[in-house]
Amino acid sequence: MTGTLTAFAAEIATGAIRVVDLTHTLDPDFPVIILPPEFGQCARFRMEEISAYDHRGPGWKWHNLSLSEHTGTHFDAPSHWISGREVPNGDVDEIAVENFVGPVAVIDCSEGAAQDDDFELTPEIILAWEARHGRIPPDSWVLMRTDWSKRTGAAYLNMRSDGPHSPGPTPEAIRLLVEERDIRGFGTETVGTDAGQGAHYTPPYPAHYILHGAGKYGLQCLHGLDKLPPTGAVLMAAPLKIKGGTGSPLRVLALVPGEST
Amino acid sequence: MTTPLTPPPRKDPLKRTVSPTQPPGIRSRAAHGLTAAAAEGRFALQTCAECGTVQYPPRDACCNCLSVDLPWRDVSPAGTLLAETTVQTSVRLYFRERTPWRVGSVQLDAGPVVICHVHGDVVPNARVHLRNLLDRSGQGVILALPEERTDHMADDPELRAMSSDPHLRRVLITDGRHPFAPDLAAALKAAGATMVFAGEPETWLPNPNRAALEAAGAEILPLDVTDTKSVERMAGEIGGKADILINTARFLRPGGVLARGGTDVARDEMNVNYLGLMRLAQAFGPAMCGRTADGVNSAVAWVNILSVYARTNTPAYGCFNASQAAALSLAQSMRAEFRASGLRVMNVYTGPTEEDWYQPLPPPKVTGTALARSVISGLQQGLEDVWCGDVAKDFNERFRKDPKVLEIELGQEGGE
Repeated sequence: MTGTLTAFAAEIATGAIRVVDLTHTLDPDFPVIILPPEFGQCARFRMEEISAYDHRGPGWKWHNLSLSEHTGTHFDAPSHWISGREVPNGDVDEIAVENFVGPVAVIDCSEGAAQDDDFELTPEIILAWEARHGRIPPDSWVLMRTDWSKRTGAAYLNMRSDGPHSPGPTPEAIRLLVEERDIRGFGTETVGTDAGQGAHYTPPYPAHYILHGAGKYGLQCLHGLDKLPPTGAVLMAAPLKIKGGTGSPLRVLALVPGEST
Repeated sequence: MTTPLTPPPRKDPLKRTVSPTQPPGIRSRAAHGLTAAAAEGRFALQTCAECGTVQYPPRDACCNCLSVDLPWRDVSPAGTLLAETTVQTSVRLYFRERTPWRVGSVQLDAGPVVICHVHGDVVPNARVHLRNLLDRSGQGVILALPEERTDHMADDPELRAMSSDPHLRRVLITDGRHPFAPDLAAALKAAGATMVFAGEPETWLPNPNRAALEAAGAEILPLDVTDTKSVERMAGEIGGKADILINTARFLRPGGVLARGGTDVARDEMNVNYLGLMRLAQAFGPAMCGRTADGVNSAVAWVNILSVYARTNTPAYGCFNASQAAALSLAQSMRAEFRASGLRVMNVYTGPTEEDWYQPLPPPKVTGTALARSVISGLQQGLEDVWCGDVAKDFNERFRKDPKVLEIELGQEGGE
């Protein structure tokens, strides 16, 4: 076993295994999910200087941060949604750490999302993907690549008078992944695991509702999923250990085969 | 006729910016009544409660009957110019830099003779209209104006030195998303402001005001008062040319303490309404304070738009009002801290405004044009406190009579 890990470290050093960052920079101008104004709102990322080598602390610079559990690239735990409120070990601090490292399947929906802001991931697309790349193994992460992370500013939330418009999965697609493939979790490049118009499905916000009700996890605001192969990569996504936390900003990394292999 | 001001040439970068100096600012306690009245644009003098004598200058006892019961009452500002002279030099630095400076004596119809500043358009022996104005030390002084309006009257150097006129000045509206920002921008332009900047927080969300702001001639710039870096960045860019700053940034939600679950919304209110003001003051304040003697387009005023319920709370918007009270308290500190530079802090108090978050409340409500009118006229008169709309004016009267009674009444209304 020691040999495996040593070889693994060596392959990272040689570039046979590459480490890819799938995280947006925490930035005050990065969008957060917007709910109707009478609901509570997700805090934006903010940073206040405590001192900066000045009279407040001559030799050091540091900041206080404020943000939500669901600001920036972040992890959703089962307890985030009402359907998952009774799930055992449903808070971020309770989840077994083995779940934070694991295989990942990437379904490329970037072409469809480029043509249709409300592009839907359907069971047909999943089955067609499996026909090319094999059945999604149990306990895998499944990521929906849309290249949405390349959008900036107002185009990211894509907010209109009838709400945001961004791609996401249909209830049937999520049911297939959860009930028939028993995935570990589902991730997107958009602001949520659900489509911008996800409130209008039955159930509303099906990805949140079905994933978390079944004790599965979510990842959103992922960056650069075009750098991942459809299969064969390993995802490392460990949320902060927040007592009773329903989610957490985190650094998401992927280990992918290097060019030479 | 006053010689009209002309747009100043661009600043010569080789020339040192003139340091602000101040007219003498020491007053007796008795004289502070004049300043209090000037802050609201009222012409008030000590009026003896026993014999009715109106007296000037303010004293501790009546000059006729020695009574010490001398309330400040609004009196007629009409009078006749008795004598006038033009000061050519002065040992006072402030006046020395501004000579020639006209002064005179006026026989008030109400009784006393007043030594005062005299507008350039007042002719000898003319009937005059006195105004009680704040000078750059923040103290009340009296200026004699012609009875009838004259051309370019506001451009008179003595009047201009005391007002905060937006004419030929550059104005920053901190939050262009405020529902009244387009009305403000349009009114400022109409009042002769050379540039109007409008801040836009969260550029990643649609801004329904964008087209109206652009149509009003405002320049839209990214500025978010909850983000210290954003405020510092904008102060770095335009802090040196913000002559008037109007803080419209505001987070408003209904509800008192028990109607709210938790403190999350109150946090947003404090972050925008209180800390936002502090961030703006720390970033823009020093540059503006340093430019209060910078010629025609010198920095003159800092404007806060506040709910009148900042002074006495009412539970329907209890938590929001508490954040307004915090902002008011901070504004008082800012006013005192800015005073040494001559930068004036003007608070505009409004009742409920005609917008979404006050929709369930009955009229009268303050409209965007009414607010803009109050802001512009307050600046032109150089005021410190402006009561915008009937609700705010009525509130002020009741507050003045008895703050505790007002608190009881507002609490029983259960809302605004």
